[in-house]
Amino acid sequence: MPILRLENVVKNYDKHTAVDHVSFDIPKGTVFGMLGPNGAGKTSLIRIITSITKADEGRVWLDGEPLNARHPEQIGYMPEERGLYKKMKVGEQLTYLARLKGLSAADTNKELRYWFERFDIKDWWNKKVDELSKGMQQKAQFIATVLHKPKLLILDEPFSGLDPINSNLIKDEIRELNSKGVSIIFSTHRMEQVEEMCDHIVLINKGKNVLEGKVKDIRQQFKDNIFKIEYSGELPADLANSAFDLHSNTDREITLQVNESGDSNEILRYLIQRGVHIQSFNEILPTINEIFIKRVGESN
Amino acid sequence: MNKLWLIIQREYLTRVKKKSFILLTLLSPLIFVSLFLVPALLAIYTGKEQKFVAVKDDSGIFQLPKDTSERVVFELKTEPLEALKSSYRQQRYDGVLYIPAYRGTGEGMSIQYFSEGQLSLGTKSYIENRVAESLEAHNIQAFGYDQERLKSLRPSVQLSQKELAFNEAGELVETDKKNSAGIATVIGFVAGFIIYIVLLIYGTMIMRSVMEEKTTRIVEVIISSVKPFQLMMGKIIGVSAVGLTQMLVWIILTIILMTIAGSFLPMDQVAAQQGNNPFQQGPPEQALAIAENLELIKSQNWAFILPVFIFYFIGGYFIYSSLFAAVGSAMGDDMGEGQSLTFVAMAPIIISIIVISPIIENPTSSLAVWMSIIPLFSPVIMPARLAFEPPLWEVLLSMAVLAASAFFFVWLAGRIYRVGILMYGKKGTMKELGRWLFAKD
Repeated sequence: MPILRLENVVKNYDKHTAVDHVSFDIPKGTVFGMLGPNGAGKTSLIRIITSITKADEGRVWLDGEPLNARHPEQIGYMPEERGLYKKMKVGEQLTYLARLKGLSAADTNKELRYWFERFDIKDWWNKKVDELSKGMQQKAQFIATVLHKPKLLILDEPFSGLDPINSNLIKDEIRELNSKGVSIIFSTHRMEQVEEMCDHIVLINKGKNVLEGKVKDIRQQFKDNIFKIEYSGELPADLANSAFDLHSNTDREITLQVNESGDSNEILRYLIQRGVHIQSFNEILPTINEIFIKRVGESN
Repeated sequence: MNKLWLIIQREYLTRVKKKSFILLTLLSPLIFVSLFLVPALLAIYTGKEQKFVAVKDDSGIFQLPKDTSERVVFELKTEPLEALKSSYRQQRYDGVLYIPAYRGTGEGMSIQYFSEGQLSLGTKSYIENRVAESLEAHNIQAFGYDQERLKSLRPSVQLSQKELAFNEAGELVETDKKNSAGIATVIGFVAGFIIYIVLLIYGTMIMRSVMEEKTTRIVEVIISSVKPFQLMMGKIIGVSAVGLTQMLVWIILTIILMTIAGSFLPMDQVAAQQGNNPFQQGPPEQALAIAENLELIKSQNWAFILPVFIFYFIGGYFIYSSLFAAVGSAMGDDMGEGQSLTFVAMAPIIISIIVISPIIENPTSSLAVWMSIIPLFSPVIMPARLAFEPPLWEVLLSMAVLAASAFFFVWLAGRIYRVGILMYGKKGTMKELGRWLFAKD
């Protein structure tokens, strides 16, 4: 059973359709990337999932149940633009936010103590938020998002504005939570992070679902059959074959594209037969970034 | 419900715990009471510096005042002035008063006081008055007038009002009416202004708070846990509790402070002293007037005025704080841009305070009646009219309209608020606000 299922979800605003018949499943326990250019409808989708707004059409299930009033307590949401009350003390503020998520006073206390120890920030309890640095505020915001032990975590650009150290810290926490079974929706523009963190992705453009699936499968699906070969010895002078095209030939390294009918083994056979000594043979898969640009370009 | 309570608590506690709130709440009654008491204290304690004055009277017309307990005790001396000047200290006098020979009626007189010490202003004018009284009595006699008959030339005139009404039997009856127009005017202005100021202060407080949540984006985190309407209501109720707390503390502290101060100062003495207080340059009747006004204030129908006042306070508060919440939610990141919207919410209160003067002058005019029924104006206008005893049906109608409108405005504001808080960037226009009303969730 997927943790989240969207079926033909539509959301119209005044003059435009922000979400246009979007459907996808988020498998339980995955880190799921939600990608799309600015204004694609990601925020509108997140607001529907978090019950901030309602879908005009379509259905949403959380963990097998149609979205209902208790579900917001099972979701943790960290918006892209971070926000905390500036004049409120960190301890009070996190307590307040956790209580609003339905956590009891005792549990809130216990969880807060755990996180304050884990992040080694016990002396922050009585500090006001505007006394903290930006990175510190983001840590506090992260705690606020996960304190009530949500089943589903929605992180909108979680690393923006973080230095590499804090970035890694949050990454480790996300992985840790994921390993404990929390499903995570990860919305970002930073494609290298998607490849690093996500198992599944969905690509949204102009309110529509343009691509969806496992990261590995998608890269396979969009591959252009390009291979990189490192070799020693001499290449044959007439390096050409009906089975492949030569893309580049630099010092001891060539890249080739196998024609659709061709087979990668054929390249190897061809080269070995001509006495070329192969040192490495790799398929070059497109990056998610390349796929993203390509698909967004196509759907525009 | 539980979450609404959490929001109310936060909105209340974060404000009540602020140093500025605590200071303002505790100090205001102190300032108020001391403003009232300091003149009284001054009157009493400056009055108690009793001076012993040796009088060298060359005119021979100075009469010792009959009451010797006042601030100056005079003693007539026959020794030469120069001898007195050098020996008054040994004789335990504070100073020497010299009254020269009187040159005749119509002439002013210049008298001298010799001393090492200073006279207070009050004591100086007390001495001048005593000498002037002696001269007056002397002159009246010199002209051959009878002092008593002179007084009878200007008898006092008093107007008493009789209120006409029909009793149950349909007979015309007249009852004494206390002359309370002046007091009613004061109560009217005070009531109107209190509500005006409170609505503006707490309204803008709510607006700023909504804007803060919107610009820091924390609103998104919160409304992913609770409904926007709950957040708005929590805020409105929480802040209203702050206002009520402040008023309650003010009332209680003022009463306590006044009681404490009162036990130190017998109030009749204060009134008497104020009447004699030379700083006020007023006739002694002022003391009487104060006492009379106090009586009139007490005789007002407070059991009616106070609860109705509180009703209008709460009703007006809900209308305006929800309007200000809606305006705050429609604001962009730049406060300056939203001036026009803020003005729309403030305009009715400002209009009410502009018309409050003509209405109090003529509390039964049709302007007064209509403005006290229209719910955007009634929270200021009706309390201003209460002391003039408006017809009961008008009050009840106005209260019913106010209560219904309060619900309507809270609903209306909630519709705008839920959309506004999620709109970033530019402020909403009036047209957009209208569309938000009917937008789907």
